[in-house]
Amino acid sequence: MSQANPISKSPRQIWMAVLARATAADLRAHLADAPVLPGYRVLRGPEAGLVMVRGRAGGGGAPFNLGEMSVTRCTVRDDEGQIGHAYVAGRDAAQAELAARIDAALQSDLRHDQLQAAVIAPLAAAQQSAQATQARKAAATRVQFFTLATMRS
Amino acid sequence: MAYVAVKGGERAIDNAHRWMVEERRGNPQVPDLTPTQIGEQLGRAVDRVMAEGSLFDPGLAALAIKQAQGDLIEAAFLVRAYRTTLPRFASSLPLETAEMSIKRRISAVFKDMPGGQILGPTYDYTHRLLDFALEAGFTPPAPAELPTEVEAMPRIHDILGHEGLIEEDVPSNAEPFDITRSPLQFPAGRDARLQSLARGDEGFLLAIGYSTQRGWGGSHPFVGEIRVGDANVEIVPPELGFAIDIGDLALTECQMVNQFAGSKSQPPQFTRGYGLVFGHAERKAMAMALVDRALRAGELGEEATAPAQNQEFVIYHCDNIEATGFVEHLKLPHYVDFQSELETVRRMRADAEAAQ
Repeated sequence: MSQANPISKSPRQIWMAVLARATAADLRAHLADAPVLPGYRVLRGPEAGLVMVRGRAGGGGAPFNLGEMSVTRCTVRDDEGQIGHAYVAGRDAAQAELAARIDAALQSDLRHDQLQAAVIAPLAAAQQSAQATQARKAAATRVQFFTLATMRS
Repeated sequence: MAYVAVKGGERAIDNAHRWMVEERRGNPQVPDLTPTQIGEQLGRAVDRVMAEGSLFDPGLAALAIKQAQGDLIEAAFLVRAYRTTLPRFASSLPLETAEMSIKRRISAVFKDMPGGQILGPTYDYTHRLLDFALEAGFTPPAPAELPTEVEAMPRIHDILGHEGLIEEDVPSNAEPFDITRSPLQFPAGRDARLQSLARGDEGFLLAIGYSTQRGWGGSHPFVGEIRVGDANVEIVPPELGFAIDIGDLALTECQMVNQFAGSKSQPPQFTRGYGLVFGHAERKAMAMALVDRALRAGELGEEATAPAQNQEFVIYHCDNIEATGFVEHLKLPHYVDFQSELETVRRMRADAEAAQ
């Protein structure tokens, strides 16, 4: 996860990013602490495919196609009428389907706060903690230059 | 030229593959290797297969390495073949490498670069002595941790750019060429060249990049910056209409800084070559940046005299899957071709004898 400013993101963009980084096992574990998700019908997928990842020449110039990554997507409509989408890196169909169901339920005013507290907040905290650990390991390898005093007078 | 179908090898081929599978498994008394173990413990091999297979998926790359008995070109071939079976859902927004989460970030040109020199998990400065502790099996100590300082990590051209001393990026949102969808044409744009180099063979790019250092199209490079870490991948699905973050991508980026004498239209300044590769792949990213810069000879008004500056030579030969296909096809039956050449040589010899 990069250090992009999350303030400019909508709540839905933030929870989708968190769901994209959670394994199916993580999602199931946290869903156990929330009310059962509504019934649903799959509208699309879950299906595996590709996203062509683009970079920019020189880092900030014209776009170029760097290469592809595997992605799984799923769209559901739950019994309360919400439509949920998921696009998640990798090939985990169970993750994509759960992420789409949670995305749908999070759009319901009745369910949002409980799911946010039981699923999104702890996953976001765990992801931020992993990133913070990496940052602290990186900080420990930062070179602290010092100048040697010369012996010439 | 006629091709003649030759039948009769089916049983031999089936039995050859059965033997190969047994050989690949090795001694059954030794535990079977899992793709997860490969992914966790042979990460640089996985990174190379993802880069040259042009598909970021560590699990698939690890499986391909197992299936190919560690033959990384064969593994990249398997990954390339697999990608053709999947639909493409979208293209991402261009990666914001300036905002990567950093594991490693070094510059060879500025000691006191804002944001600092962060060595990260590196083999640099090791003594390259075989470590027999690994043979015995050992548990590594936990890495050191220090509190982080929130400090921006500007890119090299953000530091020197405002003085005009270094070439700046020209932002654009042009739709890039895609070598997987359209046949390459020469001269190829920098977009098509960077895509080719990003999935090019590391060994080939290393040798071509090295040739520029040894004077074959020299451009006197410095490592402006190398950064290794993860970037967010964002797409804008039409059904949503806004950007969503679909996960992290491990990347290595290299900004190579090169001297440039200037031209009629441009004052002397440093130019740049660019490398961007999946995974942790510094050698490849550096080689790519050297070759990218060399291939810009025409655009920068330099005389293209060396192989590294020749687009067709570099781009057509950097792909190890294509190279493997053409070199290895020589193993396949050429009985008729050879028979006809044999006839020709016999006739030429007969003619030469008759003339004496």
